[in-house]
Amino acid sequence: MISIIIVILITLGTLFILLAAIGMVRMPDTYLRISVTTKAATLGVGLLLISSAIYFNDLSTTSRALVIILFVLLTAPVSAHLIGRASYFMGVKLWDKSVMDDLRGKYQKKTHVLKSKIDNTPGDNVVHDRPDNENKKED
Amino acid sequence: MTLNDYIYYVILPVLAFSILLIFYRFFRGPSIVDKVIALDLLITTGIGIIAVYSIVHGRSTFMDTAMILALIAFLSTVAFSYYIEKRNRKK
Repeated sequence: MISIIIVILITLGTLFILLAAIGMVRMPDTYLRISVTTKAATLGVGLLLISSAIYFNDLSTTSRALVIILFVLLTAPVSAHLIGRASYFMGVKLWDKSVMDDLRGKYQKKTHVLKSKIDNTPGDNVVHDRPDNENKKED
Repeated sequence: MTLNDYIYYVILPVLAFSILLIFYRFFRGPSIVDKVIALDLLITTGIGIIAVYSIVHGRSTFMDTAMILALIAFLSTVAFSYYIEKRNRKK
C-alpha cells in the first residue's frame, strides 16, 4: 500500500520536473522561463521530497524533507522576482507576441525608482520596445 | 517489478533526460539571465534527484546535502541578480 502511494507521488513529481525542463527549452521569452522555474519545478521537487519522507517513515527524515520544502517554497518566488527585476533593467526583450507590458515607462533607468504614473522623460526610461513596435514608429 | 526497479529504470532516466534539456538552455541561452535561471533549475532538479537516490539506496543521510543545495541555490540567484543590476546601474 505504501509503495503504491510512493509510486504515484514519485511519478507525478518526475512528470512535473520533466514539464519544467521542456518548458525551459520551448518557452519563447526570458520572463516565461522564469515562471516555469518558479511553479512547475517547485511542485515537482516537493512531491519527490514528500515521497522520500513517506518511504523512510522516520521523524528525522520527515523533518528534513519538510524543512527543504518550506525553504524552496519560501525562496523560489523571492529569487524569481529578483532575477525578473534584474532582467527588466538589463533591457531583455519581451516576446514579440506578448500582449501588454504593465511596467512600460514606469521604471526609471538611472535611479531605479518605480513610479506610479507613466513618465516619458527621454533617455531615462528602460527601453523595452519590441522589434515590431520600433519598425512601426520609424514608419 | 519492485519499487527499486521502477525508480532505477524509469524515474532516474527521465530525471537525467530533463537535466540534459536544462543543460541545452544553459549553454544556448540568449542572455545571461537565461543562464542564471537554468542554473537555478539545475540545482532544484538536483535536489529531486538526491531525494530519489536516497530512496533507491535506503540512506536518509543524503537529505542533508539536499538541504545545503537548496540554500546555495537561493544565495547564488540573489547574488547574480544583485550584480547584474549593479553592473547596469554604473553605465
